[in-house]
Amino acid sequence: MIRLLAALGALVLGGLASIGRLAIFTGQTVSHIVRPPFYPRELGAALLQIGYFSLPVVGLTAFFTGGALALQIYSGGARFSAEAVVPQIVAIGMVRELGPVLVGLMIAARVTSSIAAEIATMKVTEQIDALVTLSTNPMKYLTMPRVLAATLVMPLLVAVGDIIGIFGGYMVATYRLDFTSVTYLKNTVDFLEWLDILSSLTKGAAFGFIAALMGCYFGMHSDRGAMGVGRATKSSVVAAAVLILAANFILTEAFFSS
Amino acid sequence: MITLSGVTKSFGSNHVLRGVDLTVGKGRSMVVIGGSGTGKSILIKCILGLVTPDGGSITVDGRDVTRVPRDAFLARFGMLFQGGALFDSLPVWQNVAFRLLRGELARPWAEAKSIAIEKLARVGLGAEVAERLPAELSGGMQKRVGLARAICADPEIIFFDEPTTGLDPIMAGVINDLIRQIVTEMGATAITITHDMTSVRAIADDVAMIHGGKIRWTGPASEMDASSDPYVDQFIHGRAEGPIETLR
Ligand SMILES: Nc1ncnc2c1ncn2[C@@H]1O[C@H](COP(=O)(O)OP(=O)(O)OP(=O)(O)O)[C@@H](O)[C@H]1O
Ligand SMILES: [Mg+2]
Repeated sequence: MIRLLAALGALVLGGLASIGRLAIFTGQTVSHIVRPPFYPRELGAALLQIGYFSLPVVGLTAFFTGGALALQIYSGGARFSAEAVVPQIVAIGMVRELGPVLVGLMIAARVTSSIAAEIATMKVTEQIDALVTLSTNPMKYLTMPRVLAATLVMPLLVAVGDIIGIFGGYMVATYRLDFTSVTYLKNTVDFLEWLDILSSLTKGAAFGFIAALMGCYFGMHSDRGAMGVGRATKSSVVAAAVLILAANFILTEAFFSS
Repeated sequence: MITLSGVTKSFGSNHVLRGVDLTVGKGRSMVVIGGSGTGKSILIKCILGLVTPDGGSITVDGRDVTRVPRDAFLARFGMLFQGGALFDSLPVWQNVAFRLLRGELARPWAEAKSIAIEKLARVGLGAEVAERLPAELSGGMQKRVGLARAICADPEIIFFDEPTTGLDPIMAGVINDLIRQIVTEMGATAITITHDMTSVRAIADDVAMIHGGKIRWTGPASEMDASSDPYVDQFIHGRAEGPIETLR
């Protein structure tokens, strides 16, 4: 019984310690955004890597999801002769929830994993130590540019995802179902509100921050060896995905509960 | 001047350093020898603050290394890592000129590049490797790029962790001469870790041998052969029999 309690206590303490470490890491990262020196070249590279090169995967994900959504809403709506709501529900579903969440999860898969693996490898091969001896702060040089880039660029990616998702719904609705192009677009535009779009972009920024931060955190705290790199990569993606979904719930609550 | 007194470091139950006392005079070339896994690399990482010692004190020019401003302190150092530790996303010349491209010592790219190419030449690498990525070089070439990076900003204090392992005898000779030159011409203070007795004789003003977590023997290189310490004798003659245990 005592042993069980001790184990439980150790687990809780361990959990609290990691939360504390993560909080300190986050604070340090954010503080570097305003403290020079800055590394604009690293920021530019991160923007390109995280933003531009993620466009294809974001586009494909959003397109197919928007299309599938239109089909489902049509067949579901048909049961109580409400087929006409397809454009409105696709728009709301994509912009409020599926756009940000799916883009966030794809970024967790694509960007978080690569950041974690890259930084963990640098740690294991002493490149992080080498940075320090060359008077360069690894938090400033590696973490800050990636986190800032992801936070800045994710709202754009989400916006692209929203638009392409709606376009996917539009394609299905006009070619497979019996909607006319003009009514579909008019219903979409009339129905969406500014709050929907604002919530979408805010979620994007928050998810970008989480995704890049998790990659950097687990990379910097990687164990030695190839196993350490593998473990860091896996943990970073899991943590990013879970935190993105949790943050999504909190933000939805904050934007739409009233 | 670098002074270590009573420095200890353990990893769990592995007590690597058990009270290291060592003094390296200004402008001197100290060579640290000792068996594999005895804590030589850890020792210099402690001086740089990459590893925090569990106990003891380390001073550079009389000032405690944990109390000095980090950036100014590290700006005086150059370090060659045992594994090279080159940045694999940057081409060779940007690795060498890393310090000159950003931060306080930043200069124009063209100038930094020409300095990098000059330093590469000093370690026996031609200008054609400057644009390559570290992964495209052989192990010995990577080691020499690491060396060029360590000396690029003309540091006052330089640490070389096994500078000649993985090099052919001729290139090892070139590197030994280079390290000697840096100490005598530029007045730098150097600590070199090596297993290669030819290097020891070529580079060292002073020698320290580490064994069992402590400095077993230290003194001028000229007195090494007459030290009459059985550990030192066994090491410099590479004998399997002696007080240093070898598991077989
Ligand atoms: N990060 C670490 N975690 C745990 N143990 C470590 C770590 N770094 C080094 N050690 C241990 O410390 C000891 C000394 O390591 P160190 O790298 O200083 O050896 P060394 O004298 O440089 O050996 P070599 O000549 O083979 O390079 C070794 O037993 C090693 O296992
Ligand atoms: Mg070593």
